[in-house]
Amino acid sequence: MKTLVWVEHDGKTVKDATLAVVTAATKLGEVDLLVAGSGVDAVAAEAAKIAGVSTVLTADNAALEHPLAETVAPLIVKLMSDHDAFLAPATSNGKNIAPRVAALLDVMQISDILSVESEDTFTRPIYAGNAIATVQTKDAKKVITVRGTAFEKAAAEGGSAKIVSTDGAGLEQSVSTYVGSEIAKLERPELTSAKVIVSGGRALASSENFHAVIEPLADKLGAAVGASRAAVDAGYVPNDYQVGQTGKIVAPEVYMAIGISGAIQHLAGMKDSKTIIAINKDEDAPIFQVADIGLVGDLFKIVPELTSKL
Amino acid sequence: MKVLVPVKRVLDYNVKPRVKADGTGVDLANVKMSMNPFDEIAVEEAIRLKDKGVTEIVAVSIGEAKSQETLRTALAMGADRAILVVSDEKVEPLGVAKLLKAIVDAEKPDLVILGKQAIDDDNNQTGQMLAGLLGVGQATFASKVELTSDSVTVTREVDGGSETEKLSLPAIITTDLRLNEPRYASLPNIMKAKSKPLDQKTPADYGVDVTPRLTTLKVVEPPKRTAGVKVADVDELVAKLKAMGVAK
Ligand SMILES: Cc1cc2nc3c(=O)[nH]c(=O)nc-3n(C[C@H](O)[C@H](O)[C@H](O)COP(=O)(O)OP(=O)(O)OC[C@H]3O[C@@H](n4cnc5c(N)ncnc54)[C@H](O)[C@@H]3O)c2cc1C
Ligand SMILES: Nc1ncnc2c1ncn2[C@@H]1O[C@H](COP(=O)(O)O)[C@@H](O)[C@H]1O
Repeated sequence: MKTLVWVEHDGKTVKDATLAVVTAATKLGEVDLLVAGSGVDAVAAEAAKIAGVSTVLTADNAALEHPLAETVAPLIVKLMSDHDAFLAPATSNGKNIAPRVAALLDVMQISDILSVESEDTFTRPIYAGNAIATVQTKDAKKVITVRGTAFEKAAAEGGSAKIVSTDGAGLEQSVSTYVGSEIAKLERPELTSAKVIVSGGRALASSENFHAVIEPLADKLGAAVGASRAAVDAGYVPNDYQVGQTGKIVAPEVYMAIGISGAIQHLAGMKDSKTIIAINKDEDAPIFQVADIGLVGDLFKIVPELTSKL
Repeated sequence: MKVLVPVKRVLDYNVKPRVKADGTGVDLANVKMSMNPFDEIAVEEAIRLKDKGVTEIVAVSIGEAKSQETLRTALAMGADRAILVVSDEKVEPLGVAKLLKAIVDAEKPDLVILGKQAIDDDNNQTGQMLAGLLGVGQATFASKVELTSDSVTVTREVDGGSETEKLSLPAIITTDLRLNEPRYASLPNIMKAKSKPLDQKTPADYGVDVTPRLTTLKVVEPPKRTAGVKVADVDELVAKLKAMGVAK
């Protein structure tokens, strides 16, 4: 089987999420990568070094500067005449693009796979990860998004794929146009690739508290900062901090849940973490049912003390 | 302007899903079912756009006959009429998208507002598929919608922050959690909703083949996590963190 993987990048470097997708694709067959964008030489050169890749296809066009699904999907569909499976990371871009590709190919997408059982059979979480379904597809071509935390990352170095440019001509932003974005500059590790995550919940009670209590601890541990939906909805932190069923899925070495009750929608995003540490004043909080280490008490006392003792 | 809002009947988000012992799926017998939370947000957004030139809201559901209840909820919130496409078999997002395309072709709405994801199968596909089939613009994961007479500007929640796109109409939008806070239907509106029009159709009426492409071989519970230890104080926690190598 020949697979095509959409490379997530920011115009400069390949995003980590791509590497797990390459691993999933390797289990299906030969792996080609698509680097679509505007001025993609550096990204393509980096992508060509990923272990296990045969060919890096590039599509270089000003209309591809931002990965709008309306522009990227037709390009992928064209390349799929020569491939049997299309894989993308289950990131916001991947989730935006892949289903449009699937519809244009008239196939049913398999979202957020956790494993490749065989060429046509995969496992995936349903009901916020409260159940794992094994699904088999009858479609000749496959369109798949991959949960990054479920697959090892392919080695970023060691490969030597050939780089082939494809025809990106004729592409244009038509029905929709990119207006702008507000992407926060990260001073800490990214949530989805961090080894340690410190997350805060509604209990923080204000943005000031969140910054004053959670961030110093995260900085001491070199950790990324996450949050529950309640903390995001209340405006303590930006929306992309949200961990959960409908936020980011994370699986760090250590996940610290501070003042988070442990609703199933939150657990869905972090329960595959290696070690879960919970700090909560309610000893019956559901988070303690999944926590490896729990500490019952007032976070406003505990966390500053913890930060100072580290 | 007309808005179409697809709403799905799903296991209520407060109910803990139980995997059936025979491994065929999640037990939906005698449990509370509700409108998918993201679809409530979609209905709410459509209603709020009534000040911005929207004149008619059509709610659509595809599923078993009981999905009528979900449509009545949408009508009670403020949708004007409803279409139920009855199917006792589960219809996958691709099939749903094809039915919605047929309905869009007939109804010619200016906007379709869907949820970003149904919280039962967590597919997150239908809106994008519909946009692809129609060849129109898509703005997924919306946190802000600004409508004018010929375009819509949507702020989207994306990894790392937010992004803004401008789409010409007709367009497809899918909702994220922070777009709005859905209203509760008032009792008088629940009564009024009972007499609003609700059309019943079948996939065959639209000439759409909804045969599933995926077969679910089995459904199992995820590996269980068990509660670990409770530490007595910060010093003990620090010792644990040091033992794990997380702290020096
Ligand atoms: C469709 C849908 C999708 C959702 N998606 C997500 C998602 O992706 N991610 C997510 O997180 N949620 C999600 N939710 C929301 C989820 O159901 C919960 O409402 C949310 O996770 C609760 O956040 P919380 O734990 O911070 O707040 P709460 O449940 O209010 O918990 C606060 C906790 O803090 C503790 N506490 C209070 N004061 C202190 C103190 N001084 N010291 C120590 N502990 C204290 C309390 O004991 C309590 O356990 C979703 C909900 C829906 C309907
Ligand atoms: N059976 C259905 N009936 C009506 N709308 C649906 C149905 N399935 C999905 N949708 C819509 O598509 C959105 C995304 O669903 P999904 O792609 O299944 O995660 C939902 O939030 C609904 O708005």
